[in-house]
Amino acid sequence: MIDVAVVSFAQWSAREELARNEVEILIPVVAEAIERSGIGRKEIGFTVSGSCDYLAGAPFAFVTGLDAVGAWPPIRESHVEMDGAWALYEAWVRLQHGDIDSALVYSFGKSSLGDLPIVLSQQLDPYYQAPLWLDSISAAALQARAWLNAGHDEGEMAEVAARSRRAAKDNPNAVVSGDQSAEALLREPFLVTPLRRHDCPPISDGAVAVVLAAGDRAREVCERPAWIRGIDHRIEAHGLGVRELATSASARLAGERAGVDGVDVAELHAPFSHQDPILRDALGLSNGVDVNPSGGALAANVVMGAGLTRIGEAASRIMDGRAARAVAHATSGPCLQHNLVCVLAGDAT
Amino acid sequence: MAETTEPVTMIDTPIELRYRFTAGLAQSRFLRGVEQGRLLGQRCPQCKKVYVSPRGACAACGVPTDEEVEVSDKGTVTTFCVVNVPFYDQKMEIPYVSATILLDGADIGLMHLIQECPSEDVHMGMRVEAVWKPPEERTPSLESIKYFRPTGEPDADYESYGAHV
Amino acid sequence: MSELCAVVGIGQTHHKSARPDVSIAGLCREAATRALEDAEMTWTDIDAVVIGKAPDMFEGVVMPEIYLADALGAVGKPMMRVHTAGSVGGSTALVAAGLLQGGIHERVLTVAFEKQSEADAMWALSRPMPFAPPTMAGAGGYFSPLIRAYIRRSDAPSNIGILVAVKDRLNALKNPYAHLRLEDISIEKVEESPMLWDPIRYLETCPSSDGACAMVLTSEAIGSRAAKPPAWVLGTAMRSEPTMFAGRDAVNPQAGKDCAADVFAQAGITNPREQIDCIEMYVPFSWYEPMWLENLGFVPDGEGWKMTEKGATALDGELPVNMSGGVLSTNPIGASGMLRFAEAALQVRGQAGEHQVDGARTALGHAYGGGSQFFSMWVVSADKP
Repeated sequence: MIDVAVVSFAQWSAREELARNEVEILIPVVAEAIERSGIGRKEIGFTVSGSCDYLAGAPFAFVTGLDAVGAWPPIRESHVEMDGAWALYEAWVRLQHGDIDSALVYSFGKSSLGDLPIVLSQQLDPYYQAPLWLDSISAAALQARAWLNAGHDEGEMAEVAARSRRAAKDNPNAVVSGDQSAEALLREPFLVTPLRRHDCPPISDGAVAVVLAAGDRAREVCERPAWIRGIDHRIEAHGLGVRELATSASARLAGERAGVDGVDVAELHAPFSHQDPILRDALGLSNGVDVNPSGGALAANVVMGAGLTRIGEAASRIMDGRAARAVAHATSGPCLQHNLVCVLAGDAT
Repeated sequence: MAETTEPVTMIDTPIELRYRFTAGLAQSRFLRGVEQGRLLGQRCPQCKKVYVSPRGACAACGVPTDEEVEVSDKGTVTTFCVVNVPFYDQKMEIPYVSATILLDGADIGLMHLIQECPSEDVHMGMRVEAVWKPPEERTPSLESIKYFRPTGEPDADYESYGAHV
Repeated sequence: MSELCAVVGIGQTHHKSARPDVSIAGLCREAATRALEDAEMTWTDIDAVVIGKAPDMFEGVVMPEIYLADALGAVGKPMMRVHTAGSVGGSTALVAAGLLQGGIHERVLTVAFEKQSEADAMWALSRPMPFAPPTMAGAGGYFSPLIRAYIRRSDAPSNIGILVAVKDRLNALKNPYAHLRLEDISIEKVEESPMLWDPIRYLETCPSSDGACAMVLTSEAIGSRAAKPPAWVLGTAMRSEPTMFAGRDAVNPQAGKDCAADVFAQAGITNPREQIDCIEMYVPFSWYEPMWLENLGFVPDGEGWKMTEKGATALDGELPVNMSGGVLSTNPIGASGMLRFAEAALQVRGQAGEHQVDGARTALGHAYGGGSQFFSMWVVSADKP
């Protein structure tokens, strides 16, 4: 295996961007990631992005993203209609071929343009489930109920939300932050039982970019590269009634394959509060692990970029020396159906 | 019951999703200009090319294009096609001519309609000018230009547009 | 360095304008099952699944890997979904091959599909965007001006497109899976068909199809032990360029040229015309055959149409192109690119039946998408490098 590291990370998000379109949001983020990487724009060996047409309501939405990259002379470029975390996976695989030593990965999306929970209902089986229009919040609520019934209580969910908001105060890209206590949050009305508004992710617009470099290139350009020590992803069965919703078998499996142990920091892509403890359990994270110091997806949720952001956030704590070993997680599909786990570490580990 | 029924092979599941569309800063400036009867391009600081119907970035250089440059509403047809195929939600009556027009002062073509001209007369190098809606009917949209029509001038020299064909 | 990848199983569906006999999952499984059978493997042998398709609006299902996980035997496995516009079928094969080349997995199933009958692809391709004048008319509205420019540049006679259409449609009659199989095709029939976007006539245009294509790719070790001779992947390449920028040549795009040069270099091809035995290229409008022959470097600029005119690209010609009938005969958009790659592999494995090129040992698979801006290609051979 060729050693690949994250050598830079840039992001921008806001609750709603009225003036700029997706490309205009993306341009400075890509520029910043490239600038911080120490690798010239034209030297980047491979470019891959993650985005979703249905966020923009237009087919081929990813094509305009290319304008932010300066794809001239022509570049090696690909795209997945998935969270950028999977684009990063494709870049990591590509770097294993050994002929190129750097890659740019980016995501962008404006969830504010449409009715996101309704849009996501159309991920469901088109014959049996999509016509029922089960929006993503209601689907998550089903899972939260299953989890509560498995012996948990809503206080744990409120704790997750409170912790996220506190941590998010230090995150300039957070859309939600504050000092509300779990008790105060529990006094809020339900949105879709048993979820309250704070248990759900905020609508966010934004973009995120990461630069990967391999082996010596990474060492040349970055003082403390965040090495990818393990990366794996697994998908589960689609039907909500077929899966065990209170646990995450695929996150557990991906975590085992990626080798999650001995991490100090975890950035978990848990758009709903109850998914945080589900994932901590699946990844076997002890209480000593600092979970979602960025505030996580409850603080800002750039759909199609939130998973890549978790990788970036985890990597940045390695790069600035705050952590020695971290795990980043990304999810896709209703109720944690598809999970990607990425273990990052500094040189010593 | 011993009734035979046909198996269900198809169901109609209408999907309606509503979106707000953001033109973006560059496009908004351009469209406000169109509303005033002006065509405002943007120049790339690196390659110096002027983009019309600007997207806020020079796609080749990957940098923002901020410098505004007004271009003419007259130009040259670089290429075109005669559309004769019906499709859902089509607004124009077929056949119609859709062309790429290199406006004087711009380095990239603009797509629009050609009318007031039999479709078989449209050709590369033809000089055309915009036919605008009256000011009170204009909106921030390229529909403020109804179409382009031939000016009657002699064809442009191939050199002036050949790179764009 | 990169490992060697083998193609050991190939399958596709019977492509039709509508396949109401199967669901989207059923369509994919039909192709995947055939590929697995060809590979003499079962679902449980597969380590990872990579699917690809064009915009989700063509079926109205958002991110269909989520729905298809069960149907494609991916539960508990890694699953990816690639989307690079029209070239996606090719890119999907490349992402899948990449997993073998990177030594990540041993056996990967890759499926590309489109079930266009479930929504309205023409509408999805030409939705009027806010603030823009209603000038678009589907893909043809974009490409016919480029064809017009090619004709002017090359001084090609006006019948070349018709010759391509007749040839591809005759080839399709030898392909049991092809969508359009027009028994009575002739030059006159094509000439008389309605002009859609001058100079493209109806019979010079691709259909809208429901269909899927699948392949089983393996490592070198497993490929060497495969039940049937594999197709070895000698080279893989992708290139993209922006949709529009000042001075862009959209007729003979640089990205296509660079991609071809890269894939030939990897495969040790220094003289494509001699060393490539046949080509499956993405020709959705007839004139793209000569245009791509030039772009790929098989002939000098301006000479592509001469190959078509003299019959060199016919099934029994010196350089057969689109032996399967190509995109002109079958076009499930998301699958079309992979069909090109798969048909190239079928040729070098000697499995192309009636549309087999005698003695084909090395073939090129080519796909493109967007505004002639995304290219993906592979070179496959019966001979291990």
